[in-house]
Order: sequence, then structure tokens, then C-alpha cells
Amino acid sequence: MATKTIEQVESHFEMFQILNENGEVVNKDAMPDLSDEQLQEIMHRMVYTRIWDQRAISLNRQGRLGFYAPVAGQEASMIGSHYALEKEDWILPGYRDVPQVVWHGLPLYQAFLYSRGHFHGGQIPEGVNILPPQIIIGAQIVQAAGVALGLKRRHKDNVAITYTGDGGASQGDFYEGMNFAGAYEAPAIFVVQNNQFAISVPVEEQSAAKTIAQKAVAAGIHGVQVDGMDILAMYSVTETARKNALNGEPTLIESVCYRYGPHTMAGDDPTRYRTEELDNEWEKKDPLIRFRKFLEDKDLWNEEKENEVVDQAKADIKEAIKQADDTPKQKASDLIEIMYEKLPQNLQEQLEEYREKESK
Amino acid sequence: MQSSAVNSSNNKETTRSITFAEAVREALSQEMREDQDVFILGEDIGVYGGAFGVTRGMIEEFGPERVRNTPISEAAITGAAIGSALTGMKPVVELQFSDFITIAMDQLVNQAAKLRYMYGGKGNVPMVLRTPSGSGTGAAAQHSQSLEAWVAHVPGLKVVQPSTASDAKGLLKAAIADPNPVIFYEHKLLYKTQEHVPEEAYTIPLGEADVKREGTDVTIVATAVMVHKALEAAEKLAEEGIDVEVIDPRTLVPLDEKTIVDSVKKTGRVIVVHEAVKRGGYGGEIASMIAESEAFDYLDAPVRRLGALPIPVPYNPALEKAMVPQMDDIMQAARDSVHRR
Repeated sequence: MATKTIEQVESHFEMFQILNENGEVVNKDAMPDLSDEQLQEIMHRMVYTRIWDQRAISLNRQGRLGFYAPVAGQEASMIGSHYALEKEDWILPGYRDVPQVVWHGLPLYQAFLYSRGHFHGGQIPEGVNILPPQIIIGAQIVQAAGVALGLKRRHKDNVAITYTGDGGASQGDFYEGMNFAGAYEAPAIFVVQNNQFAISVPVEEQSAAKTIAQKAVAAGIHGVQVDGMDILAMYSVTETARKNALNGEPTLIESVCYRYGPHTMAGDDPTRYRTEELDNEWEKKDPLIRFRKFLEDKDLWNEEKENEVVDQAKADIKEAIKQADDTPKQKASDLIEIMYEKLPQNLQEQLEEYREKESK
Repeated sequence: MQSSAVNSSNNKETTRSITFAEAVREALSQEMREDQDVFILGEDIGVYGGAFGVTRGMIEEFGPERVRNTPISEAAITGAAIGSALTGMKPVVELQFSDFITIAMDQLVNQAAKLRYMYGGKGNVPMVLRTPSGSGTGAAAQHSQSLEAWVAHVPGLKVVQPSTASDAKGLLKAAIADPNPVIFYEHKLLYKTQEHVPEEAYTIPLGEADVKREGTDVTIVATAVMVHKALEAAEKLAEEGIDVEVIDPRTLVPLDEKTIVDSVKKTGRVIVVHEAVKRGGYGGEIASMIAESEAFDYLDAPVRRLGALPIPVPYNPALEKAMVPQMDDIMQAARDSVHRR
């Protein structure tokens, strides 16, 4: 019976959790092996990212930032999964996944320049293994399979991790990327941050599948659904996925989370498709509140530490914005120069013409 | 952008000023009230009302079965529309940004355009794919393109590119009634433009150009937002004593060759202007058509084309503007044509 098969499959995808909403450990056996300093570092990153998100939103409203997709609510999902990676691992982000690439080494001022559409924002520094945030939904997923294949071919002990939202899981590329990685035993991790809405469309209306994680079954790869508001759970499943990936077994991670803000700052009004009750319900599951409580109970966190991070984040953002402002404005000649290794004659002429104009 | 200079081809009694977006919504709603087989599908077209608000209020009137809010699956949206069309439904797809046509291309090119031919005339694909196109909104490289030449190249697809609210309304009705797949481009900058539009339903046949302004010195064939720029240029050129005729083909496929050829025979000079990249753009097709026609003998100046530079659409607003033809470029091209410079 088909129905029974689905039930059997779905019963395997119970949401994995370590810390509950109250910051209590509910799955002691699964506690990852993290030192006190590491736990504090994770909290540091979440607080820092929350502050940066708030600043980015107001900078956007002031017209000082361009395209921005808010991240509040998804800090555990983003930072927990990222913290399980190694420096040499490759990240293929979606447009919301700027925190992971910044924590992976992209300077903050370049993230701001990316938002402003300045070409330097896309010039990823040598040794920072990221692709620029993908705009087209799902396109990064097939590319991740290719990056993973390359890593395997070169016998690197590294993985490719890619991020999309629940909406991305409806694209053909999503299935094709997973299937490809599975077929070639490529070291890939596919993270779907199920933040409940593809712009306005609720996840229940996007698929008959009860979980996104179960879509891994069709591709023959590992699948896990995890509480994306629980940073320890996110870290733990990604750490496991990484080990499996190095063993030629890709994983699909469905992180169940929520975006508090609008889809992007380009005119989205979430009140058109979300209720206040739903917002409130999710805010109770906030990843910062529960992890803060967990750390406070262990005497690893207090108000003073929190304020230090807030102050540092604010200072860094100020500095990064200054650095972005101080970056020379892009000129037409820059655009010609950066596009070609060796300029064709006609563009050489244009370049000289523009330089002449710009020098006046 | 007020389009008061545009000669509306409609003289219906009950008109009121509405926007292009409202005109599209009105055409859709009227067709859906009239014909139960018409339904719409696309991303965020439900309570959200679509990325540009075109379908706002429609799910409340027609319900979620006829206003299908879809997953993010452009290939499936288009393929499903084709499937339903083959069985007699009349789907109207909203493809959120026309740039995403890349993801729907197999369904459009190898399926929608070919099915009737390959099934020996046994099937129809009466679908419409509406999609916002064009630059000018700061939406950057992957959300601002004008790729209409791609679909215009494929036999089996019809391509509509209206420039005004009243044209959009009448052409959309014709597109829905057409038994062939029709790609219906809506320029984002036009959504908020207003003009008087008749309330009752009416049809503007596909394949009829509109002379938006009559003139004797030079013909400007312009599409979508460029129609408005050409009309503005024409007003200014009149002050310089240059009398411009502006023609909006309204549909690229089928193309009303006669109206264009007749105009060129009258003026002896022609400029073709579109927002799409000039290289490989549909303007090349129009220019070639003129050169191959009887209008060739009447030409007093080379056919001129204006289009965007061959670059990705910049995010920077100044560069974005610099990429595509502006009114001054059109004016200069007209002067050059008239004075043979």
C-alpha cells in the first residue's frame, strides 16, 4: 500500500533536537563535543549576527545598503551548520546566506559592497572557499554537486555545502543536484532552511511531503530533519553530515526555522501572508534566547559578555561601512578592466577613452 | 510616465483612468468570469497578489483552484500549464520575472511550440505566459533582462509586447482566446502608467501594429517602454522641425509588416529602437524585414537600430540607465537620419 510506504518513510524523519525551547538539554547522548570556549564563540557569533542584521535593515532603509535579505530567526541554522565546517570546505550560499560566508572569511565590508552592487563585493579573497550568494532559486544546488565532485577528484578531505530555502526544494535543480551527488558519491551537504514561507507561500502548500528531509530518500542519500532554532542540533547534524560526506555519502539537512523579517527589503510586507500569532509562536523558539539560557545555567554567559559582543559588532559594522564608503566608486573603466584578462582592441580603445574622461 | 501622447485606438464610451497593472488584472478577471476554463497559476499570485501586485484581490474573487499559488518550479508551472491546455483548459501563467524563462525553456521551446505540429494538428496549446521584463527598477543582472528575441525566434510561439494599459487589456484578451502558446511581456516600468481604458471587454488582434503618432520625416519603430521614450523624443524633435512617426508593433510574432513598410515608404527614414541588447535583438529582424521589402527603394538613409549595450544589466542606477537607449539617443539618431550624418 502506497500510503503505508509514505507513513513508514515519514516516521523516519522526526525532528532532531538537543536543546528545547527553554534551553534544557533533551537529548544528552547527542551533545556535541564542544569546549566552553567554543560554546561561547557560537553564542558570540549569533549575537553578533543578530546585531548586524538589525543594522543592515536600518542601513537599507536609509539607502546606505542595497539588496538585503534579513536573517533574524535563522542564526542557529546558519551559524550552527557553518561552525561544523573546516576552513577549506566550500560554501555555495543562497542570497540570504551572507552570515555563513562572512564567518567563512569574506570581509564584512565586502558583504556590504556586494549588497550595493559594487564589483569588489564579488571579488572573493584568495583562500576563502565560497561562491558569491546565488540569486536564482536552486541554481547553486547542481553546482554544489560539481564542486563536491572536484574535491573528490583532487582527493581533498573537504566537502561542499550548499544552502537554499524551503522554496528551493520545489525546483528541479534540487532533486538533480542531490541525485548527481549521490550517484557519484560526492562529498556534498545540502541544507534546506525551511523558514516556512517561499516569499508568501506556506511550506504546506508547496508539497504533499510532510518533511523536506524525506526527499533525500528518492535520491538515495541521507536525510535528516532538525530543529533549526537549536544551534547544538544544527551543529551536531552538520558535523555528522560532514563525516558522511567525506565517506562518499551526501546528506540533505532540513533545518526547521523561521524568518522574523520580510523576504527581502525590496518591498515585501509579511503581514499579507503571516499572522501575528504565528510570529509570536516562533519568537518563543528563538535560537538566541534558548542558547543564552543554556550558557547562563553553565555560568558561561552573562549580560556583560553579551554587551561586549553587541559593542564589538556595532564598532565592526561602523568600520566596515566606513571601509565600504572609502572604497573608490566603481568606474566604467573598472568594469572594462575586470572583465578581460587580455583586452580586445576595441575595448582597449574604450578603456582609454573612459580613463581620459574619468581623469577630468 | 504619462501616456497622454498616445493615440488610444479605442473609442469606447465607458472609460476611466487605470494603470497598466490594473488593465491586465481587469482583462484576466473578465476572461475568468466569462470562461470557467481560464485559470491563472504562478508564484506568490495568491494573497500576496504577485510580485508586482497584478493579481491582487483575484484569489478572493476566484478562489485557490482558479488562482493557483505554485511552488517555485518554473519548469513545472510551464509544463503543467501546457498539460492542462492540451486537455482544453486555458491557463495563464505568471512567470515572476521574465529572466526565469531560462528554467522554463524546454517546456516552451521543445514542448509548447512543437506539440501541435508533432501531433499532426491534433492538439492545441491555448496557454498564455505573462511575464514582467525590462530594466529600470534596480533589480540587477538576473531580474532585469529583455529576452523576447529568444522566444520570437521559435516557430510556434506568439510574442506580445504591449506599451500601454489599453493595449495590454485588449491584447491579453486576444492572447487568451488564441489557440497557440503566447508569451506576453509586461514591462515593469509600465505597470504604474495610467491611461483611459474602456471598462467592457474588447479585443485587439495579435499582429496589428499601432501608429502611436503620425509624422512625415522619419519613422521610429519602438517597443514597450521605448514607445514612450520615442513619443517624448518626437515632441521635442517637432520643436526642431522634425516630424516623427512612431509605430508600436505591439506583437513581435506575428509582426505587422505592412504598417511598418507603408510608414517607411512615406518617410524614407527609419529607426528601430528596443530596450533589449542590440546584438541579436529583434530590432535586427525588423530592420532586415524593411531592407528586404519594397520600402528599400524609398530609403533616403540607412536603417538605424538602437538597443542596449551588450553587457549584463548593472545594479548601479546610473549605469543601468546608461546601458539602454534614452530619449536623447533617440533624438540624435533621428537627427542623424534626417540630416544623413
